Amino acid sequence: MTAVDEVKIGGMGASRRRVEDARFVRGRGNYVDDIKLPGMLHMEVLRSPLAHATITSIDTSKAWEIPGVRLVLTGEMMAQRNLAWMPTLSYDTQAVLATDKVRFQGQEVCVVIADDPYIAKDGCEAIVVDYEPLPPVVNPLQSRAADAPIIRDDKEGQTDNTCYRWEVGDRAATDRAFATADVVSKLKLHYPRSHPSPIECCGAVADYNPATQKLSVFMTTQAPHIIRAAFALVTELPEHMIRIISPDIGGGFGNKVPVYPGYVAATLASILLGKPVKWIEDKTGNLISTGFGRDMYLDGEMALRSDGKILAVRMHADTDQGAFFSDAQPSKFKIGLMHSAFACYDVGAGHITAQGHYTNKAPGGVAYRCSFRVTEAMFFQERMMQAAAVDLGMDQAEFRRRNLLHDDAFPARTPFGFLVDSGQYGKCLQIGLDAIGYDQFKIDQAEARTRGRRLGIGISTMTEPLGAGNSREYDILGIKMFDSAELRVHMTGKAILRVGAKSQGQGHETTWGQIVAHELGIPAADVIVEEGDTDTAPFGMGTYASRSTPVAGAAIAMVSRKIRAKARKLAAHLLEVSEEDVEWELGRFYVRGAPERGATIQECAMAAYSNMPDGMEPGLENNAYYDPPNLTWPFACYIATVEVDPATGVWDVLRVVAVDDCGVRINPMIVEGQIMGGLTEAYAAASMQFQTYDADGNIVGSNYMDYLLPTAWETPGFELHEVVTPCPHHPLGAKGVGECATVGGPAAFVNAVHDALSDTGVRNIDMPLLPDRVWQAVQDGQDVSGMPPVRSDA
Amino acid sequence: MSYGQSSVVREVGVDERRITVTVNGEKRVVEVEPRLLLAHLLREGLALTGTHLGCDTTSCGACTVLVDGTPVKSCTMLAVQADGHEITTVEGLGTPSELDPVQEGFSREHALQCGFCTPGMMLTSHALLESNPDPSEEEVRWAISGNLCRCTGYQNIVKAVLWAAEKKSGGVS
Ligand code: FES
Ligand code: FES
Repeated sequence: MTAVDEVKIGGMGASRRRVEDARFVRGRGNYVDDIKLPGMLHMEVLRSPLAHATITSIDTSKAWEIPGVRLVLTGEMMAQRNLAWMPTLSYDTQAVLATDKVRFQGQEVCVVIADDPYIAKDGCEAIVVDYEPLPPVVNPLQSRAADAPIIRDDKEGQTDNTCYRWEVGDRAATDRAFATADVVSKLKLHYPRSHPSPIECCGAVADYNPATQKLSVFMTTQAPHIIRAAFALVTELPEHMIRIISPDIGGGFGNKVPVYPGYVAATLASILLGKPVKWIEDKTGNLISTGFGRDMYLDGEMALRSDGKILAVRMHADTDQGAFFSDAQPSKFKIGLMHSAFACYDVGAGHITAQGHYTNKAPGGVAYRCSFRVTEAMFFQERMMQAAAVDLGMDQAEFRRRNLLHDDAFPARTPFGFLVDSGQYGKCLQIGLDAIGYDQFKIDQAEARTRGRRLGIGISTMTEPLGAGNSREYDILGIKMFDSAELRVHMTGKAILRVGAKSQGQGHETTWGQIVAHELGIPAADVIVEEGDTDTAPFGMGTYASRSTPVAGAAIAMVSRKIRAKARKLAAHLLEVSEEDVEWELGRFYVRGAPERGATIQECAMAAYSNMPDGMEPGLENNAYYDPPNLTWPFACYIATVEVDPATGVWDVLRVVAVDDCGVRINPMIVEGQIMGGLTEAYAAASMQFQTYDADGNIVGSNYMDYLLPTAWETPGFELHEVVTPCPHHPLGAKGVGECATVGGPAAFVNAVHDALSDTGVRNIDMPLLPDRVWQAVQDGQDVSGMPPVRSDA
Repeated sequence: MSYGQSSVVREVGVDERRITVTVNGEKRVVEVEPRLLLAHLLREGLALTGTHLGCDTTSCGACTVLVDGTPVKSCTMLAVQADGHEITTVEGLGTPSELDPVQEGFSREHALQCGFCTPGMMLTSHALLESNPDPSEEEVRWAISGNLCRCTGYQNIVKAVLWAAEKKSGGVS
């Protein structure tokens, strides 16, 4: 007998077909809206039509008269139970149902619970709310004005619209470096508000059982344990009587991390009525009230030596947080991991200042396929790199090559304190350049220009920090950012694995089994994976910020190793040798020097229940909590080529090349799927997808007719390449990958369009690069800002 | 039949219509409120929850079903309009033991991640292959452009449909 074949058992590196697909392709998934409990009622939310107003009265009497309406809840009624406001994940408060004022269009004002959702909607329409309009504040510049109304007058001691101030880096060293610069490049831009918009909206089925006093909530959540903790704080129900179950999720992308008012209201309704209450948000509700990403104003500069060496960077960021500071992000870092900007380059010194602003808009900023603001960081970085290369008159690729960290520079400390631990940046860039045919493209581009055609090429190279913690530095509301796995091997060698992460399409049920196969030689098909039920899964921080494989994946490897250690003892017992004489090969222990004498992992499992040595605790199960020593640092090089039609402003993507180094790939098929999905969202951000507000605070982008998402028709094809630099501290050498392309991709498209306009004097067109913006820029030879309008009376 | 619990006694005044629909080959006679959407009849009334709802504006295509073989967004059709018609939902694709080539292709080519767009996407693809057994990549992209996917970036969906086309023509086994 020899070791099992790892590929055959679906171990590491196998592009194993997904376990999840069997139910999904048959329409047998189990999403929140598919859950139907006996006696279940339905909830709808009445939202504010105004961005900023005082509520003068709410008359719900007509709603109560509708047959089938069982309950109407107002802010007043929530307040009686101390639930009108709830804590956010960023140490702020957020209104569950408005009492005094509404502070953004779409804010939750009342909920109606009825026999079916049609009746609940009728109920919402029958409620009469009187509003006294107040002047809305729709962007940070306005919110800073001396005469701006104070949006959060509910907060004691709040005298302006600032929600945080933050700074990092070495101001003095940065100033010194700037004083010696040959060239200083400047760039100012707005990264627009963008909604993650999974196709499935948020929803919950809250089921409070008055007999057992247990609350079960089926919920679209990426982080069920955090929700349980938050519910224990908000509802004063004991934590062991709260069960959060996250079933199949129809996409999350960060939208399904925070606690939303709908969850809380449905839960209270279930407690009051003693019946299950289902709330399924409609698309408009999802787009206008739940966690969005970005909305950041960036102003920065780069100090350069004339030979192309970067000497220092500095920047200031203003973030538009909306009416409540509700981001799920590590407590210490008020603007997420913004300070990971320029981590892949040797930039000498750096200094960042940031200020958060309350506005009369939906709350959020961090959510969206992003490790806490790194998307804005990397976009600014790569736009700045292009601007600097232009100012220096240097080739884009060459300028990057000169400043990227060399392979022998690791581990490298960034000016903002991160420890970047590994990479082959130059190699990634070169593979990308070769794949796109960089030199030839430059020749073709120049030739096309002579015939009036505008071609452009854009490069984006970046590393980003994925997989928070470590727990020394990263926590949410004081809860440390580790993760967990629990593995139970049955007597026949089949197993159940429970994990604290929660898949929303990433294929955990498939990938996690492969890690067990790799560590123990148990075929992946023999491992059932469960996530999302707080009564059964070990405590975990959930899935977002590309942290599942870096943290939970590591926990799975560690628990498997604990199992293997016990199996070794069982093998020694079965083989009647001492433990030191037992060797391991995949799936099997054998006697050193006598490889034919062995015991398979399955035989060891059987022995754990039927033939354990004297004094050994029976069974073969364990758990592991994993606290990573550092973040993981994947690197990527994205290159896009485009053709811009100056007469219309329309630009077409010609080619997209992606070179990703996300370390060791567990399931290459799934990894590539993540990259292609991310590239599509990058293209979306660059070309069409954004939310804005008019001067009255009305949201533009409240449904899929105004909020444009790319279809199969617009979406370009992608050419994928890889480099593998194993993560030095991850037990499998893996790194995060889910969001790399969303983070690094936008700049490739945007730089390409600007490259095509390089002779027009246009330095920056804000995203999305809509045809009218591009056309305007070409017409005027001037930048186009995406800043929202400022009211003339404000 | 009402939308919610069958145990809930509906108050007087709800005007219901009797309709006959053939769903996945099975004839069903049901009483529905005139305002009931076809999507809700399928999901709630007939417990076929494979048809998903993703938007309010007929934009996402998650709710796509086949009405007499033609892809229709069931969130924008009233149940009463389906009276006398044949409906195919994802539950009617393939058989319990054998997947339809489109279903098999989707899994094989990793054309789904969260799976929420998948039923609608597969039904649209299925209808395409019925009318055009040998589509080009461009024709596939055009045919599915009424269905949004936020996860995959479409490239693998296109591959899956092309694989299914080949399989149906006997090209792959
Ligand atoms: S649910 Fe979006 S088109 Fe029907
Ligand atoms: S697979 Fe998630 S929306 Fe398509």
